[in-house]
Amino acid sequence: MELVRETDAGRTALDPMLPQLWTIERVRQETHDTFTLELTPGRSSMGTAAGRFLPGQFNMLYVFGVGEVPISISGDPGQPGRLVHTTRAVGMVTRAMRQLKRGGQIGVRGPYGTGWPVAAAQGDDLVLVAGGIGLAPLRSVVYQVLAEREKYGRVVLLFGARSAADLLFRRELEAWRSRFDLDILVTVDRGSADWRGSVGVVTKLIARAPFDPFNATALLCGPEIMMRYTVDELLRRGMPAGQVYLSMERNMKCAIGLCGHCQFGAAFVCQQGPVFPYPAVERLFSAREG
Amino acid sequence: MMIEESQTAAMASHPFLSGLDADSLRLLARCAANLRFPAGAVICRQGEEATHFYLIQHGRVALDLYESRHGSHTIQTLEAGEVLGWSWLVEPYRWQFDARAVELVRAISLDAACLREACDASPVLGYTIVKRLTRVMAQRLTATRLQLMDLYGTRT
Repeated sequence: MELVRETDAGRTALDPMLPQLWTIERVRQETHDTFTLELTPGRSSMGTAAGRFLPGQFNMLYVFGVGEVPISISGDPGQPGRLVHTTRAVGMVTRAMRQLKRGGQIGVRGPYGTGWPVAAAQGDDLVLVAGGIGLAPLRSVVYQVLAEREKYGRVVLLFGARSAADLLFRRELEAWRSRFDLDILVTVDRGSADWRGSVGVVTKLIARAPFDPFNATALLCGPEIMMRYTVDELLRRGMPAGQVYLSMERNMKCAIGLCGHCQFGAAFVCQQGPVFPYPAVERLFSAREG
Repeated sequence: MMIEESQTAAMASHPFLSGLDADSLRLLARCAANLRFPAGAVICRQGEEATHFYLIQHGRVALDLYESRHGSHTIQTLEAGEVLGWSWLVEPYRWQFDARAVELVRAISLDAACLREACDASPVLGYTIVKRLTRVMAQRLTATRLQLMDLYGTRT
């Protein structure tokens, strides 16, 4: 079986395990432990499809000599020539990633996985519920929705973070908040003297969020227990379960459904996910995994 | 009479009392007053007698826990449509935390002694109030448990 074939441009068209080279254009520190990488295609990764993705998909990012990790795409799908990834520096690879500088190179495989049902939600109210770093893959949704804002009803973003210092994309949140066509509700788990906003878990925002539960699609991304309680609140408000979508996180290694590390019930999160309709994972959602 | 009717209507529109029958609302209205707290005002203090129960109509209230070495920590905020306090119902009727208006707060204040009397006089009303307050307490307990888990600490 032929796994690698060199194309005219020197790209490997068939080997899905071979990363393409992208150049680091910018490293932005978002919070004390979270950063954003902006990447532009290197010579080997140029092409019309370079950087195209659906909101909710992820890439495998490879820090050479260190390792590879799955990171969701947090950029604008309307600007495919520029890949944007936001992540926390919590492990060996992401800590090394944070040390990368402008002009450096990184390996990219992807995009992989399913995206959010942004097109299918047209005509509905859209409720985005994010916890912590879970805002990153939902930012792409906001960009896409804002590009065709007239196709949606009310658009509500509910965002919970650990503290005010941990609020991701703060400047954008403030800009979105100033718009008349977005409802942005933010809460933090731990208050501080300089925080005049809401304190408490993100689930408590659902009761007062302005949307019609019967004509809304909800997209959830955050820790699983947060999503579980968020689903409970959405269902309590009357939203049908089939209109709730979750982004699941498992230990993705190959990202092409071969290694089985990300198995979740009968599904591989890297292929059938990471975005699932709630009914597809409901049974597994609170199951204990050995 | 007009004032009593408008008070009853205001109370009926608050989520905590919505759906209550007119007699119950009239009974509660006798205990009620409309209050405003400017931003920064202290509504109650930890350890003091819980003399009132508040139905928040507007604004944001911070619940602060005071600890002598580290000062005050905001553990939760309450907003329009929520209620402040259950200490009025639980002996020894002492506030368990400080409550502070983060911004201008408008609230219906119910006198605690009057409210307890009304609940004693009408066990149906009393049971309704206790059931609704228990639901609030259960929701806040769940929320507090989630906060304790430090949910956003490890996700990559």
